[in-house]
Amino acid sequence: MTTLNQYLIVSALLFAVGLAGALTRRNAILVLVGIELMLNAANLNFIAFWRFGPNPELLRGVMFVVFSIGIAAAEAAVGLALIIAVYRHYKTTDLNRMDTLKG
Amino acid sequence: MIQDVLFYLFAFMTLLSAVLVVANPVSRNPVTSAMFLVLTILFMAGLFVQLHAFFLAAVQILVYAGAVIVLFLFVIMLLDLKEEQSRRIGKLGSVLGLVSVGVVFVLFNRALSGLPAKVPGATGQPSLEGLTAPLGHALFKQYLLPFEILSVLLLVAMVGVILLSKKDLR
Repeated sequence: MTTLNQYLIVSALLFAVGLAGALTRRNAILVLVGIELMLNAANLNFIAFWRFGPNPELLRGVMFVVFSIGIAAAEAAVGLALIIAVYRHYKTTDLNRMDTLKG
Repeated sequence: MIQDVLFYLFAFMTLLSAVLVVANPVSRNPVTSAMFLVLTILFMAGLFVQLHAFFLAAVQILVYAGAVIVLFLFVIMLLDLKEEQSRRIGKLGSVLGLVSVGVVFVLFNRALSGLPAKVPGATGQPSLEGLTAPLGHALFKQYLLPFEILSVLLLVAMVGVILLSKKDLR
């Protein structure tokens, strides 16, 4: 029988992998992909707590995930539009070369 | 028994494809990363099914694999990312990434090890035969206001995206 802790460990590892991706990759699109991975790890946590927590019939965890998926879709669309706008201006998506605000 | 096997299979495949999204030793092409992200999402939907969240597994595949990743692929193909393929991850970057993975995982693991095996007040297996009908009821009764706010947010995001990707803002 699987337990809550197993799911939490999987989600912790997934979050760590997403964080590593967001920190190491220099392409703005792949940084967004890392952020998506972290969001998914959070969703997995919500569902695991819903499934193993008290009062599953109230559907609180599921509601959180429904809204979080909706917001993630909006976030991805806005983020990618920003990347396109930045690419028009700098002709690159390399985050190291967008250094106009650097002091 | 079979559930344990399926859990380990799905968990392992989720993590493996997530690692391949971030650091693929064979290909540095962003399209490959996006494809492995699709795999991650699919195996994660398997984990959701294991947790009895069938509706969310379907939504995960439809929204993430069907819409979000396609958007990523469109943008990757719109932009000319030839230089990314020849780029290697720097030494500092990979060390930083590994350290961050290690630190975050140790932190989470320490937090989890103090946890009791069962959540207090847990009733065990949820007695929901179909999740979708009660979910719809709750969404349109108890959670109606947040639902409407989310729809306005999506509209705002849509207008914002069109504005941001226009050539001239005037």
